[in-house]
Amino acid sequence: MGQSRHPIGRLAALVAAMALVAAACSGGDSGSSAGTSAAPASGGAASPAGSGSPSGSAAGLENIGGEVSVLATWTDVEEENFRAMIQPWLDATGVKLNYTGNRDLGTQITTGIASGNLPDVAGLPGPGQMQVWYDQGALKPLDFIDYATYESSTPAGFAALGKAADDKLVGIFTKGAVKGLIWYNTKNWTGEAPATWDDLNTQARAAATGDTKEWCLGVESGGDSGWPGTDWIEDIVLRQAGPDVYDKWVAGEQKWTSPEIKSAFETFADAIKNSYGGSDYIVTTNFGKAANPMFADPPGCLLHHQASFITSFFEDEANAKPEDYNFFPFPDINPSFAGGVTGGGDLFGMFNDTPQARSLMQYLLTPEAQQIWVEKGGFISANKNVPLEAYPDETSKKSAEILANAKTFRFDASDLMPSEMNKAFFKSIVDLAQNPDNVDAILAQLDEVQAGAYSQ
Amino acid sequence: MIADLLENRLLAAALVVIAVPFVLVGYILFVEWILRRAPRRAADVIRPWLWLGPALVFLGVFLVYPTFATIVRSFMNRKGDEFVGFANFEWFFTQDSTLTALRNNALWVILLPLLVVGIGLFIAVLVDRVRYEGGVKTVVFLPMAISFVAAGTIWKFLYDLDPNVGTFNAAVTKLGGDPIAYTVVQPWNNFFLILVGVWLLTGFAMVILSAGLKGISTELLEAARVDGASEPQIFRQIIWPLLLPTVAVVATTIVIYALKTFDVVYTMTNGNFDTDVIANNMFTQLYSNLRPERAAAVAVVLLVAIVPLMFINIRRFRQQEAIR
Repeated sequence: MGQSRHPIGRLAALVAAMALVAAACSGGDSGSSAGTSAAPASGGAASPAGSGSPSGSAAGLENIGGEVSVLATWTDVEEENFRAMIQPWLDATGVKLNYTGNRDLGTQITTGIASGNLPDVAGLPGPGQMQVWYDQGALKPLDFIDYATYESSTPAGFAALGKAADDKLVGIFTKGAVKGLIWYNTKNWTGEAPATWDDLNTQARAAATGDTKEWCLGVESGGDSGWPGTDWIEDIVLRQAGPDVYDKWVAGEQKWTSPEIKSAFETFADAIKNSYGGSDYIVTTNFGKAANPMFADPPGCLLHHQASFITSFFEDEANAKPEDYNFFPFPDINPSFAGGVTGGGDLFGMFNDTPQARSLMQYLLTPEAQQIWVEKGGFISANKNVPLEAYPDETSKKSAEILANAKTFRFDASDLMPSEMNKAFFKSIVDLAQNPDNVDAILAQLDEVQAGAYSQ
Repeated sequence: MIADLLENRLLAAALVVIAVPFVLVGYILFVEWILRRAPRRAADVIRPWLWLGPALVFLGVFLVYPTFATIVRSFMNRKGDEFVGFANFEWFFTQDSTLTALRNNALWVILLPLLVVGIGLFIAVLVDRVRYEGGVKTVVFLPMAISFVAAGTIWKFLYDLDPNVGTFNAAVTKLGGDPIAYTVVQPWNNFFLILVGVWLLTGFAMVILSAGLKGISTELLEAARVDGASEPQIFRQIIWPLLLPTVAVVATTIVIYALKTFDVVYTMTNGNFDTDVIANNMFTQLYSNLRPERAAAVAVVLLVAIVPLMFINIRRFRQQEAIR
């Protein structure tokens, strides 16, 4: 509470206020809070000088008071880390935070839109839902964010995913994730990272003898069962058929029954047949426990395909130590599409256009803010200006490096599809795991959903 | 101002506890104060309506309006700004997934009441006027205290494929068999889900049927025994006909439970492996697929399916009232 204690703080506030007036004058059609004390200078990357110390991020923030409500999926440790990340902002602005952590935030937001009871700022499940909620007028455009600065600080193609169909920025990424990592137990896999998919299968199938299978796979995930397999298909499509097919597929212009997508499903079906436990095991085993047989002795399986977040499950579910596991990136399949990386990220959107919400959105984008969480672990920053040295462990550091250096980065396809397509895709994986020889019928059904899901 | 006040939840709770009765009593006094000013005959006509007023407003706002809004919504397009006729219902009745849900609901509607009433009646008759009646009834009734979601979660563990987790598969493997994926194996998985509902609701049926049994006079049964009737005969000729109205009430209640069934399916399979039911389909359409118009159509189908049962139930209540 109270005004800034130091004269310098006051000066900073004054400068910020002047910057705001300038921004408000030059700003487009946003301006609802132009007269009030809104957010200070634009995008975080504008002040890379302060990247060393987290406290630097608080500089230039004005004490505006009031409160802001935030809804995100983070609970427990993640919630603590999130709170730590925005603490400097809270201190500097004097804003009171009302945080709600809810894993099922999509349901809460859908209900909130119907009742008008929405948080100021919220995590969004994906770009698909973002577009729907923006069309409904619930999400507000983020015209006050300097798009060019934001775009240049994120991996290629990332920032544009937060734009709505009318080219306005609606969602921002703070957190990135690299998918398509192939994990192994360091006791059982000692070879080099395979250069190609064929190499991988040759090596792995030679090693997978007796009761040991090539893959560890489990696709159960409650209401979202099937998603781990969608990541598989996405990795295969990007490397087998290339980014153009991938984009058309995401946009609903590539039929599921087309040879490219069918081939990806068949490749995955082949992996399913070489997985531990059989169909019933795969569809009833939670993704978090799927890798447990990898750490058993003798191992039930050698390799596990999953995004970077899975390490905490290795440690909690299989009692693995950090030295017990490592990963290599999903290898190239077709050499003409080498260097592809799939990934994801956590979107943030704004439902109520208040000065506090604007200020928070801008703060979240700063590398200084993101570095706070990066240092606590479990957070791959979407901002390239966060130094690699800040990552506390090898896994997250390697992931951040892959993300920053990707030649062709593509966002998780299922998250980009309309929610109906997305759910049908999830379900198709469960069907495929149950019946790996049923590819044609499964794809025909997806085509049927595709025909209706993309038309509004 | 009000928002600030509500921020303090304790204060808000106190406010509600004090203010609500105060407002209610105030309303009644206010109504009487007005009526005293009106001519006697007019007051007698108006009074019931003014007394009923608040209840009617609540019913209208929270029940009647949403019902009609949902019906209207089911005839609109996705955005809700254009009339599309029966398109959403056409969709409902031409999809494999919704038809599967419909089929599964039919399974629930047939099997759940049959098993719940059957087992409930069996237990109620067996333990009637037995020394340990109270103990048995308590045990059978206990699951009623558990929510459907919790029951679904518990049974998901019981059914787990891993013999180290799943109780049933631990038994199966001990006996030398292979573990069974109870929630996956078709078409039996639907039966295994229904079993969870049976476990939950049998206690309810048993308690009500048991109360019905106590209502049958012992003299009647004694007289039958004196006349040389066997116990099965007594059950068929005396107990069953006299218990029939109670059985019917319990059965229709369970049928409505079966039609509305959601939590068990949502927590255990979320409709995968061909176990979807209408209510879960509605939830999926609304919250996963963001298709409110289809969700509304599914809700209307469900409503239409329930109306005849409500009608039967209400008619039965009226008959009972008439007997009294």
